[in-house]
Amino acid sequence: MTERLVIVGAGMASGRMLEELSERAPGEWDVTLFGAEPHGNYNRIMLSPLLAGETTFDEIVTHDADWYRAHAVTCRFGETVTRIDRARKVVVGARGEVPYDKLVIATGSASVRIPVQGNDLPGVVGFRDLADVETMLATAQHPGARAVVIGGGLLGLEAAAALNARGMKVTVLHLMGHLMERQLDASAAYLLQKELEARGIRVLCNAHTQAILGEGRAEAVLTEDGALHPADLVVMAAGIRPETRLAVDAGLRVERGIVVDDHLTTSDPDILALGECAEHSGVVYGLVAPLYDMAVVAARNLAGEAASFAAPEVSTRLKVSAVDLFSAGDLEAGEGAEEIVFRDPARGVYKKLVLRNDRITGILMYGDVSDSAWFFDRLKTGQSIAEMRDVLILGPAGRGAGIDPLAAVAAMPDDAEICGCNGICKGQIVAAIRAGANDLAAVRAATRASASCGGCSGLVEQVLAVTLGDAYAAAEPAGICGCTNLGHDEIRRLIRARELKSIPAVMQEAGWTTSCGCATCRPALNYYLLAEWPLEYRDDPQSRFVNERNHANIQKDGTYSVVPRMWGGITTPAELRAIADAAEKYDVPTIHVTGGQRIDLLGVKRDDLPAIWSDLNAAGLVSGHAYAKGLRTVKTCVGANFCRFGTQDSTGLGIRLEKILWGAWTPHKVKLAVSGCPRNCAEATCKDVGIICTDAGYEVGVAGAAGLELKQTELLAKVTTEQDVIDLTAAFIQLYRENAAYLERPYKWVARVGLDWVRARVVEDAAARKALIERFETSQSVYRADPWARQAQPGMQPVKWAPLADLTLEAAE
Amino acid sequence: MTDWIDIAALDDIPPRAGRVVRTTGGCIAIFRTHDDRVFALDDRCPHKGGPLSEGIVHGHAVTCPLHNLVIDLHSGQAQGADEGRAATHAVRVEGGRILLDARLLQARSAA
Ligand code: SRM
Ligand SMILES: Cc1cc2nc3c(=O)[nH]c(=O)nc-3n(C[C@H](O)[C@H](O)[C@H](O)COP(=O)(O)OP(=O)(O)OC[C@H]3O[C@@H](n4cnc5c(N)ncnc54)[C@H](O)[C@@H]3O)c2cc1C
Ligand code: SF4
Ligand code: FES
Repeated sequence: MTERLVIVGAGMASGRMLEELSERAPGEWDVTLFGAEPHGNYNRIMLSPLLAGETTFDEIVTHDADWYRAHAVTCRFGETVTRIDRARKVVVGARGEVPYDKLVIATGSASVRIPVQGNDLPGVVGFRDLADVETMLATAQHPGARAVVIGGGLLGLEAAAALNARGMKVTVLHLMGHLMERQLDASAAYLLQKELEARGIRVLCNAHTQAILGEGRAEAVLTEDGALHPADLVVMAAGIRPETRLAVDAGLRVERGIVVDDHLTTSDPDILALGECAEHSGVVYGLVAPLYDMAVVAARNLAGEAASFAAPEVSTRLKVSAVDLFSAGDLEAGEGAEEIVFRDPARGVYKKLVLRNDRITGILMYGDVSDSAWFFDRLKTGQSIAEMRDVLILGPAGRGAGIDPLAAVAAMPDDAEICGCNGICKGQIVAAIRAGANDLAAVRAATRASASCGGCSGLVEQVLAVTLGDAYAAAEPAGICGCTNLGHDEIRRLIRARELKSIPAVMQEAGWTTSCGCATCRPALNYYLLAEWPLEYRDDPQSRFVNERNHANIQKDGTYSVVPRMWGGITTPAELRAIADAAEKYDVPTIHVTGGQRIDLLGVKRDDLPAIWSDLNAAGLVSGHAYAKGLRTVKTCVGANFCRFGTQDSTGLGIRLEKILWGAWTPHKVKLAVSGCPRNCAEATCKDVGIICTDAGYEVGVAGAAGLELKQTELLAKVTTEQDVIDLTAAFIQLYRENAAYLERPYKWVARVGLDWVRARVVEDAAARKALIERFETSQSVYRADPWARQAQPGMQPVKWAPLADLTLEAAE
Repeated sequence: MTDWIDIAALDDIPPRAGRVVRTTGGCIAIFRTHDDRVFALDDRCPHKGGPLSEGIVHGHAVTCPLHNLVIDLHSGQAQGADEGRAATHAVRVEGGRILLDARLLQARSAA
């Protein structure tokens, strides 16, 4: 007698199982197939191309009415199963019950509706089935219609790209710091975001959805920063939830999914589960490849064969036309893992392999996925790659042969473009070399090749090597650290020319050899970006040295020192009282008067920093930035107000300078002094900028030093008014901010570029000076602020001071 | 067998950052790396006791804030020419929560 098999859910997993079962055990089962959707099985993953208009529904149907008839499957489509009665072994549907001998649950998943106000308004859809696609297309038809997609994962981005292709204005709101964070790292996500933005899709990361607003239907999405994103359509693509309700109600064992063993049997021996609703060995799958494996195993078990499911390796691709992206395995690496990174900035390619014990355990490729199958095969078989490690990242082409980049350059025709920015071809460069340009700088001067963004510097050097042969002595790579061959100037040029605005962007476009840099390059990049894009760049606290992250100087025992600003070295009884009170209240062990005319509270405990600063702030005191690569102090003497030799108001001028300059980040620290006469009590002649007042006006000196080296300032200019002094100083500091290498003190920078070069811009060219001052002011509109007060502002992410957990308390309990 | 105690949510630590857990035997630094891996080490640099939790995290390594020793997060071993090793502890992430080896709590409080 044929036994009765009931299947709940006509999706991709059960469809594959039916095919397999009809081959292995034709006619052995009397099959009833329930499906909540009004049609039979179709290829759900093709909903993205369907939405994009690249295919039709007929083309993605996998099983049509003829198929079900030919295989004697009783179809109950458009009917939701509401209950399973295990005692009586029946399944209850809207149109009556059906008895079973074996039951298969294949109910898939449902889109998660994030719990915000308005999530049930008309116009809010998930992205899961044909009905969702039809709703989206109905809205997309209206010219100028706008869509907001919540979630920048696989589904969200496929929806966004498809709706964009349909002519909608699309915004993606993604909660995390970069797109597809489960499959991609920040570098690959940067490239992807750049591509989507180039198509006109707005992408906002770190975007917390607060509510969906609208009268009667969705009209806009509100994010936590208060921004309103108008929307005629809101697509919820913020995750999926295994559809386990039937199983829970029936008392089956359910964790995140319905728990199954290796034979896909649930806690009830007559009930199987497969697909996205099932959980095997603690894992719930969300891609079809493993689900198809499950389908085959389930069919073979139903056909009486013993088959076991084993967790397979899975890989991800993104189905957005013209975006090539592949991700597989464990990118999160593990003990002893190493990574090999390859970047080709010109082609927008990024590849990363994660290796462990000479085996590939993770693969990420963007922009060029041609070798992904070859790598994935090696990942799945776990074969050792030890002897091809050096050329591994080049894929099958790199094996044995060993690629010679010079041969490739030698083979280039003369009209091949080398420098894209300036349109310089190989022939022009060769001609310049033959005419005597024998290094990179000379070629750059002669042809402008590599003079703009510098991205082709490597290629130009190769042309030099090919043309000059042994006569060419390649410059030692003067990279700022082990992660790159580029120097500080080249990186800054690249940031400007290509308008790079994030650390991952620089690392990609400059071809970094690591995925997230090191303790040397990250602080430098963070500085260059904030100096270049003060209004747009978001400071990265994790790329800052501890002192700047915590706004205090770390001491050898892990405590901190606190130095409030004393403008121009002037203080008041009230300030001194506030400092004394704070010192007592927070048990400050040592108070030292610094060489910079202010008071240092040493030995403050880390956890006390926010509190002590809130007390000091309340008394009107602000950070002295004694820890910063930024403006430190402006020392002054008492000047004309008191001193019998004083010529000008040196104290007042010092205070005015400090009020203008404070808070500015600079490549290295900057110190100033103003002395009221040439006796120079404020030691102005050994400062980064030192002003000596005279009867005739002011002598502005720059590039002094009194630390590791001792050097007297050089005269920048003699001027007659305070405003002149202020203008020269601001322009000088901005020029320094824009051109010096990170951690290069002004005296070293001036020695490198020459005082004449500086004077030409700051003193002689009034328009250039004005522009420098304006750029300085733009930056100061953001940064001229107390960091402790800033932390309390909305939108700032405050440092988390308290310990993550305190187990000393738990242990005591 | 390891017992685990729930310490905090993964999102309580920003990517590429460290934070501390206090125990009676001293602080443990918990790091979250760029790829969302989590590591636990004694918050004491083998060189002169610097608070590793305040260092710059890059790849699966941290640079000590005091004198720039680079410590491998997997092994606690100082990299390159430097010597020394910071003790590491079992930690894992499950369902977005950070779980720390509970023996640490007991062994340390018993000590
Ligand atoms: C607090 C203070 C000493 C004091 O108690 O007087 C001090 C303390 C430190 N100095 Fe200084 N310097 C202090 C005035 C000076 C001066 C004198 C001055 O500013 O008038 C100099 C020489 C002038 C100069 O800067 O050229 C000075 C030259 C240095 C140098 C060498 C810089 C150079 O380029 O040659 C360093 C090392 C560095 O910055 O890389 C340094 C570094 C340091 C650091 C920040 C070391 C560090 O990175 O941890 C010290 C922090 C101690 C702490 O835990 O708080 N300190 N340091 C002074 C703070 C002044 C202030 O109010 O902000
Ligand atoms: C837009 C989109 C793109 C995707 N792209 C890819 C991709 O590129 N690669 C990839 O590997 N995977 C992709 N996926 C995921 C893939 O489609 C799923 O993993 C797969 O469909 C899951 O199969 P399933 O049979 O478990 O569930 P489903 O295919 O969802 O089938 C479950 C069916 O059960 C029905 N059902 C639920 N409850 C009941 C009930 N009580 N009574 C009756 N019927 C019920 C549902 O209506 C549904 O039709 C994509 C998914 C979507 C939505
Ligand atoms: S030496 Fe100093 S204190 Fe004396 S007059 Fe000159 S500026 Fe004033
Ligand atoms: S204490 Fe860590 S490097 Fe010195």
